[in-house]
Amino acid sequence: MADFSFFILMQREFKIASRSVQQFLLPISFFSLVVLLFPLGLNPSPQLLQTIAPGILWVAALLAILLSLDNLFREDYEDGFLELLVLSPRPLALLLAGKVAGQWLIIILPLLLIASLFGIFLGLPNHSLGTLLISLLIGTPCLMLIGAIAAALTVGLQQSSVLITLLLLPLYLPVLIFGSSAVQHASTGLSSNPQLYMLSSLLILTLTLAPLAMSAAIKISLSQ
Amino acid sequence: MTLRVENLTCWRGKQALFDRLSFTLEPKKLLLVEGSNGCGKTTLLKILAGLRPPTSGLVTWQQTPLDAMTEEYNTHLKWLGHDNGMSRHLSVIENLRINANLFACEAKGIETVLHQIGLKPFQDTLVKHLSAGMKRRLALARLMLGHSSLWILDEPQTSLDKAGVALFESLTSEFLDQGGSVVIASHQPLGIAPNYIQRLNLSACH
Repeated sequence: MADFSFFILMQREFKIASRSVQQFLLPISFFSLVVLLFPLGLNPSPQLLQTIAPGILWVAALLAILLSLDNLFREDYEDGFLELLVLSPRPLALLLAGKVAGQWLIIILPLLLIASLFGIFLGLPNHSLGTLLISLLIGTPCLMLIGAIAAALTVGLQQSSVLITLLLLPLYLPVLIFGSSAVQHASTGLSSNPQLYMLSSLLILTLTLAPLAMSAAIKISLSQ
Repeated sequence: MTLRVENLTCWRGKQALFDRLSFTLEPKKLLLVEGSNGCGKTTLLKILAGLRPPTSGLVTWQQTPLDAMTEEYNTHLKWLGHDNGMSRHLSVIENLRINANLFACEAKGIETVLHQIGLKPFQDTLVKHLSAGMKRRLALARLMLGHSSLWILDEPQTSLDKAGVALFESLTSEFLDQGGSVVIASHQPLGIAPNYIQRLNLSACH
C-alpha cells in the first residue's frame, strides 16, 4: 500500500494551488516585501547591506514559511478531509509527508528565484549566491517539516497562529543560525561546508522523524 | 465481520456520555443511534471508527481490538462525518479520483457511481459551486467506491432533498442486502425495512 501514497496528496496540493493562487502567493509576496523594506528602513550603504544580506534573506524566508503554516492543515481539517486521511488504509505519515513536500515545492521554487535576485540587489558577492541557494534548499524543508508538526498539533484550536509561533521559535533557531552563517562565511570567502553539513544533518533528522510526529499529532488533534 | 462493543464508557469533562455500553452488530444489520443533541452520538461514532479512544472499554472487529488492526480495519470501513471531506477547490470528479486513490479502489467505478448519485452532469464543476445537498450526495458517492463491509454515518440525510433521502435509503438497503453493516446517527425517520434495524438510544444511558 505504501507504493505511491506519497504522491497522492502532493498532486492534490498542486491542483489546489493552481486553483487558489492568491493563498500561495502570500508567503512569496511577504518574503519580497520584508527584503525590500529593510534597506529602506536602514542606511542603504552598500557595505552595510552586504553584511546584513544573509540575515535578512534567511529571516524573511523563515517568516514566509511560518506564515504559510497556519493554513497548511486548516482547510483539510474544516472540510473533514483529515478524518478521511486518518481512516484511509494508506500510511498516514507518508500521505502527510507528500502534502508537506507539495507545499514546500510550491513555495520554494519562486522563493529561490526571488532570493537569488535579491541577493544580487543587496550586493552579495557572486560566489556566495550558490551557497545562499543551497542553504535555502536544505534549510527550508527543515523549517517546513518542523512547522508542520506544530501546525498538526494546533489544527483543532481556534486561534492557533500565536501558539504555532511560540512553539516553533526555539526549534527554528538552529536552522536560522546555521543557514545565515553559511551564507555569511561564503560571502567573506570562507568555507561554508561545516554549516551546510549541520543543516543537512538537521534535514535528515526532520525528514525521518517529522512525518511520524505529524501523523501522531493529527490523530491527537482529531480525537478531541 | 462482526463489530462488538464491550463496556464502552466515555467521559466528557465530569459528565459520563455513556457508561458501560455493550452491543453487537452483525452483518446485514443497521444500528440506529438515537438521542437528544449533545448526548454523545458523534463521539460514539468516532470511537467506533477508531478516530478517538474511549475512556474505557473495548471495540472489536472480528474478535480483534481496533487499535491492534487499524490498517486492516480501515480497508473495511467507510466513514461519513458531519463534513463531507471534499476540497472546495477541486471538481467533483477530481475529488472522487483522490478518494479512490486514497482507499485504493479502482477508478473505473467512478463513472457508474456518478450516474447513480445523479451528479454526472456536474462532474467537472468545482465543489464550491455545488449546493449543500449536492455536496452531501457527493459524499455519499464516496461510500459506493470500492468494497467495504461497514459504514459509519453521522446524520447522512442532512441537507438532502426527498429524492436524495430516498436514494440514500435504497443504497443503504442494497448494501445491507449484500451483507454489510451500517451504523447511523440520525434524528430523521429512516425508510428501511424494520427487520434490519437495531436501535440504541443514548439518552437512556444516563
